[in-house]
Amino acid sequence: MTDLSAPDRFRPTPPIRPEYERAVTDTGVIGDAARPLSPWEKLVNVAALRRVLLLAVIAAVWQAAAVWQNNPLMFPTFTATAAALWDAALNDTLLPMAWVSLSILLKGYAIAVVLAVGLTTLAVSTRIGDDLLSTLTAMFNPLPAIALLPLAMLWFGLGAVSLTFVLVHAVLWPLALNTHAGFTSVSETLRMAGRNYGLRGPRYVATVLIPAAFPAILTGLKVGWAFAWRTLIAAELVFGVSSGKGGLGWFIFQNRNELYTDKVFAGLATVILIGLLVENVVFRWIEAHTVRAWGMVR
Amino acid sequence: MNALSYPAVDTAADAASHRPLLDVSGVTLQYKTRDHLVTACYRVDFQLFQAERFVLLGPSGCGKSSLLKAVGGFLAPVEGAIRLNGHAVTQPGPDRMMVFQEFDQLPPWKTVKQNVMFPLLASGKANRREAEEKALDAIAKVKLTKFANSYPHTLSGGMKQRVAIARAMAMEPDVLLMDEPFAALDALTRRKMQEELLQLWDDVRFTMLFVTHSIEEALVVGSRILVLSPHPGQVKAEVNCHDFDLASTGSPAFQSTARRIHTMLFADEVEAQGSTGA
Repeated sequence: MTDLSAPDRFRPTPPIRPEYERAVTDTGVIGDAARPLSPWEKLVNVAALRRVLLLAVIAAVWQAAAVWQNNPLMFPTFTATAAALWDAALNDTLLPMAWVSLSILLKGYAIAVVLAVGLTTLAVSTRIGDDLLSTLTAMFNPLPAIALLPLAMLWFGLGAVSLTFVLVHAVLWPLALNTHAGFTSVSETLRMAGRNYGLRGPRYVATVLIPAAFPAILTGLKVGWAFAWRTLIAAELVFGVSSGKGGLGWFIFQNRNELYTDKVFAGLATVILIGLLVENVVFRWIEAHTVRAWGMVR
Repeated sequence: MNALSYPAVDTAADAASHRPLLDVSGVTLQYKTRDHLVTACYRVDFQLFQAERFVLLGPSGCGKSSLLKAVGGFLAPVEGAIRLNGHAVTQPGPDRMMVFQEFDQLPPWKTVKQNVMFPLLASGKANRREAEEKALDAIAKVKLTKFANSYPHTLSGGMKQRVAIARAMAMEPDVLLMDEPFAALDALTRRKMQEELLQLWDDVRFTMLFVTHSIEEALVVGSRILVLSPHPGQVKAEVNCHDFDLASTGSPAFQSTARRIHTMLFADEVEAQGSTGA
């Protein structure tokens, strides 16, 4: 066993020093405790500005690469794509096509959200509901929505119903999974506080569990949105060929057939733009007014 | 000097003529972990009268928090009964408002005012206008009027606990259940909160069941202390402490009572050590 006590010559005694008391300096003398940021510091703090700058850099690289390649059939320049986008939006069918895609998307999304809330509410209130949700998500979450398209076409024919079916599948499972994970991570104290008020059943879920799990639910909504968008465009690429009903995917497919590569790029750019808009405007707004305002995420 | 005006101790006959507000009789609490059945407390009896500040005191593992949860209706006793105003307690309810130790007891999506209004609205005890009125009144009582529209994450720990107390008081519950509400606070804030709680009691005269493991806090905050033995908790003694407040912590009477309680809790430990050592 080691002896922790040090030998005498290594055993220093702390010096005993005089005590003192001081009057604290008046804060007025110290000057500003806080200094406003300079305009440059403020500008750099604007996330939107930084991101727009980044987009501009990407566009410039694209333009340079395309000019250097000099093959408009394979790789049109940024300016040509922008012009095609402008033209297609004004004179071609781009905007109505985008609207067709979006309206189907929103319908499928809304149905999936309602189903996910129902399923997870069932899962938190009963044990069998919990088993059901776990089994279903384990089964269907890994299944790519597009793989269900042939079956959907067989059942519902060619049209909006098949697309909606596939979309619901794309959104429902990731959203249910995230919502359920959010519900189970709500702190015991908060649950007890809610039950203390006499809350139970659907009111308990609506007033305690859903807001408390909102960061996870929001992640689920975002993932679901991305899944839905890419599933829809992919489905339309297949679909458009046989039904010709339209949609952005169909617009892209049609223009590829006619070798309007700049319009193909314009179609793809629209997909990206709508995605960016939803992510940076819609979801960001929701985030700023909910989880960020509540201090649940930074 | 005793800051709280407290009625003289009633004679035994007079006390018996009062009906207890809360009657806990022969309560045994057990809970299951993954591979154990744990008995938290064994055949505990106590009674709580109107406007009492009753403290459950004991070392960790004596089941004092479990007892409080049982009174709250979150835990059903395996033996014995808990009666509030003569009615058996079977489930959580807004007539027994709980203040927890953890700061996350306040829903972060509600401002201070909304937090205090929440139980009033959820239980249907008040309509929106009345709830707002009561909430602002309770918030003023805990001196947070300036922060009525702030979200909880912008408040300090002590302020959050004050909101939780305001929220519970606004409900005007039959009994206020406090589960070590100041345990997570720093020593200076805790002392201030104890002082404010006593002032609040003097003002409102609510009935309170308070759980703590600090002898000093029990003596200061309480008017009567139930001393529980460790694991499983059994009633060891009931001690009066209505004469003590923060100003009397240095007094000989306070010190001797503290020592008495300390011996009660500590004697057990020596015995336990002796028996395991033998």
